[in-house]
Amino acid sequence: MYDVAIIGAGVIGTGIARELMRYQLKVIMLEKENDVADGTTKANSAIVHAGYDAPFGSNKARFNVEGNAMFDQVCKDLDVHFKQIGSLVLAFDEEDRPTLEELLENGKRLGVPGLEIIEADRIREIEPNVSHTAVAALWAPTAGIVGPWELAISYAENAMDNGAELRLNTEVTAIEKKENKFVLTTSTGDVEAKLVVNASGLHADDIYNMVAESEFTINPRRGEYFLLDNEVSDLVNTVVFQCPTKMGKGVLVSPTVDGNIIVGPNAEDVETKDEINTTAEGLAFVREKAKLTIEELPFHMTITNFSGLRAEPSTGDFIVEESKQVLGFVNVAGIKSPGLSSAPAIAVYVAETICVGILGADAKKNPAFNPKTRKKLRFEGLSDEKKEDLIRVEPSFARIICRCETITEGEIVDAIHRNAGARTINGVKRRCRPGAGRCQGGFCGPRVVEILARELKISPMEVELEGKDSHILVGETKGGAGE
Amino acid sequence: MKAYDLIVVGGGPAGLAAAVEARKDGVEDILVLERDRELGGILQQCIHNGFGLHVFKEELTGPEYAERFIDELKELGIEYRLDTMVLDINDERIIHAISKAEGFVTLEAKAIILAMGCRERTRGALAIPGYRPAGIFTAGTAQRYLNMEGYMVGKKVLILGSGDIGLIMARRMTLEGAKVLGCVELMPFSGGLTRNIVQCLNDYDIPLMLSHTVTDIQGKDRVQGVTVMKVDENRQPISGTEIQFDVDTLLLSVGLIPENELSKGAGVQLDMRTRGAIVNESMETSVPGIFACGNVLHVHDLVDWVTDESRRAGKFAAKFIKESEIIEETSIETVPGQGIGYIVPQRVRPSQVNQVLELFMRVRDIYVGQTIVVRVDGKEVQAKRRGHMAPGEMERVKVPVSLFDGPGVKKITIDVEDR
Amino acid sequence: MEERKMICISCPIGCHLTVTEENGEYVVEGNQCKRGEVYGKKEMTDPTRVVPTTVKIRGARLRRLPVKTHIPLSKPLIFEAMKLINMVEVEAPVKVGDIVIENILDTGVNIVATRSMKRVE
Repeated sequence: MYDVAIIGAGVIGTGIARELMRYQLKVIMLEKENDVADGTTKANSAIVHAGYDAPFGSNKARFNVEGNAMFDQVCKDLDVHFKQIGSLVLAFDEEDRPTLEELLENGKRLGVPGLEIIEADRIREIEPNVSHTAVAALWAPTAGIVGPWELAISYAENAMDNGAELRLNTEVTAIEKKENKFVLTTSTGDVEAKLVVNASGLHADDIYNMVAESEFTINPRRGEYFLLDNEVSDLVNTVVFQCPTKMGKGVLVSPTVDGNIIVGPNAEDVETKDEINTTAEGLAFVREKAKLTIEELPFHMTITNFSGLRAEPSTGDFIVEESKQVLGFVNVAGIKSPGLSSAPAIAVYVAETICVGILGADAKKNPAFNPKTRKKLRFEGLSDEKKEDLIRVEPSFARIICRCETITEGEIVDAIHRNAGARTINGVKRRCRPGAGRCQGGFCGPRVVEILARELKISPMEVELEGKDSHILVGETKGGAGE
Repeated sequence: MKAYDLIVVGGGPAGLAAAVEARKDGVEDILVLERDRELGGILQQCIHNGFGLHVFKEELTGPEYAERFIDELKELGIEYRLDTMVLDINDERIIHAISKAEGFVTLEAKAIILAMGCRERTRGALAIPGYRPAGIFTAGTAQRYLNMEGYMVGKKVLILGSGDIGLIMARRMTLEGAKVLGCVELMPFSGGLTRNIVQCLNDYDIPLMLSHTVTDIQGKDRVQGVTVMKVDENRQPISGTEIQFDVDTLLLSVGLIPENELSKGAGVQLDMRTRGAIVNESMETSVPGIFACGNVLHVHDLVDWVTDESRRAGKFAAKFIKESEIIEETSIETVPGQGIGYIVPQRVRPSQVNQVLELFMRVRDIYVGQTIVVRVDGKEVQAKRRGHMAPGEMERVKVPVSLFDGPGVKKITIDVEDR
Repeated sequence: MEERKMICISCPIGCHLTVTEENGEYVVEGNQCKRGEVYGKKEMTDPTRVVPTTVKIRGARLRRLPVKTHIPLSKPLIFEAMKLINMVEVEAPVKVGDIVIENILDTGVNIVATRSMKRVE
């Protein structure tokens, strides 16, 4: 029997797992997809918000400000890309100035450091490419950018390094509350646990409904994005938001930690929880709105589009609490924006205050807990001398697989064999980026298939792009037997 | 640091021809760097026929064409390294490269020939809405899987774009038992060679849908369907024209882009039109001693012209190495006028042209019975009528040096005119 | 009198041909060279195509060897020929031009290797 079963291995579930491993607990992460970080975590703006806009007293406000302050340390420990580049909220009209002032006041009250309203000349100094129609902006120096899936993957890895278990392709289909435990029926067999943490993102209401009548619903709200080539990486230096107006919230233009530019999102309520498609209208909307921030955005440098679904809670705020109906069942639900920014704080709160609080004396400190992941070797960016040294020790770092991003075979093999390692093409891409560049895997795709097949000891025809039915190859030529 | 007279970056058709030519012109010390596990480049996966009619006066397949040059390279004893990736090149002609065999190496050359080829445009670059499942391939990637690795990428296929590789893959996949439901082209004309439409589509009753495009992709794991719509003259989808295709695969043949990341690092000036280097009549880039040829310079439709161009690069690189002098001469600019997309070379030094200057260009539209007019500083010097011109087929124009070699000449302009 | 319009595929120029038949005689128009005339007539009587494809190979680094018909094959026979080609498996080493299948379907057409492949152990 497990002490804690966590349903969902996104950035919330994996973060909680990792923080629970500071105690001598038996923890399992149950993930219905083929990889961790496969839901909302893999498709969002990748922003660590400063935390000035949520209402005082809300969970959102509290966890965002706390979470923001934790990022530096967490990302150092987990070897995750994080850059505290600051953010601007642009006002394009004097009429919008009061909105900036409200945000400033709210932020100050919440304890967000360094906020100030700056004028057009300072905006231009920070962001020379921003539209000249911007009259003022709220400057938030503590905002940043992070690799969102990177964070979740590293959380999962570190949790596993410290003894947690991960079960992929495991969908929870029923939950039974017994006297002192829960029995979870899953697609890969039953799991028993003293506590259940419901971190199932968009599906948190469905999962909760398995043990109680849920007090909340989670509604999918889609956002669509453009990702631009790193050749235009100096377009903006900070996260650039637009002032919310009666015309809507606006879209952001921001660098990513990988040197691309991200533009988006729109916001559209959709019917089902798997509509992660982009639409002509959605993309056109983003394109149009973004022009307000930068008049001549180089959309011809787009390398990909994607969409993500926000888990919009009916309550309007994050739900982070033990169920009052079902003791021992912990809901961590409705974690929409600023969910990523709040993740480190939510993880600690759920693990230490809620779970350890319930388990009491059963949860002893784990003296062997190691907060650090093993360093990820990245060939690109090393000095010439370091490159030479690395290749001498490990020749597989001398074989470049992805030429757009300069990713070596050694990095890919390492990404496969780590805890919570890559099992799919997109899994490899999210861990070390082959295929994330301008050719989008045209050249390296076949090579990555070959490496995955070799390292996982499977046929190339069994290699998946992402989900468990997303095979790339359907058979052999010459009428060979396929699947 | 090891020094060579000439380093050729890329061992595909361009690099091979350039290296062989330079050796024949007396350069002893040549090194070819190839990132793949074998020489020949993209030709090794282009197993179809249609190569070599100009260079060898016979019709060869891609691998046969490549093998002739590989054999010649080996007979001439030219040094080459496989599985070797060039990391960067600078304007002092210092190259950093890595390989499993030799690790991290620094090389120096008196001259460098850039022959890195091109890459395919992707779905992302087109911003096609829809899901992002498995089963969307660029035609070239699918070609590699099928022809070299022996795997099928799908069973029911739609092709977007009528570039040559897409057309060739329509036939290849059909021969291997897949059903190709159609080839969809945004423009009102095909981007590929006419002969490929005949022998790859018409022969197998595969419809070519001009002025259509893909507007949606369905399927969460693997492609399950693709929506195609007719487009108006502004290339915008016309509502109500949706056609649903029940396919598991979408191949993209929507253009090729010269791979010039290394060139940029070396400070080579690029032409916005070709996305390749700006070169002069000797195929020399804006950085003295660095030459470029083949698809890294501009996208060709026939390998024979790649060979021609690369031989020229090899010849002039040899001359540069032997004479090691920079010719101080004002270049004449070539200017693409009406109806012309680009011209290569972009600059010409008359003293370096051997009697006839050969200009390569692409037209912007389909033209029947129109005239290519050459003007030198605005004065017409040559006009030749062409039966049929299309953007998918590169045009060559020969201009005798006597027509433009004069004091103070600034530009050669080429227009397509209806006469 | 029968008239057919077609595009010559003998070379990349792709001449637009008009072939007319009268009493068993074919007249080709629109061609720029002799090969166009030959193609036009052939297309009316016995259309043929070079068939480039692959066969399985053992003992080489790649799993497929590119091959082609050494001369054009009668068009209606292409799929039947493919069935035979798909059944073949060759053993490395192979030299370019090696015959993989001789006289396929009794047509006098050979299937030949279009590249050399070394043996790798």
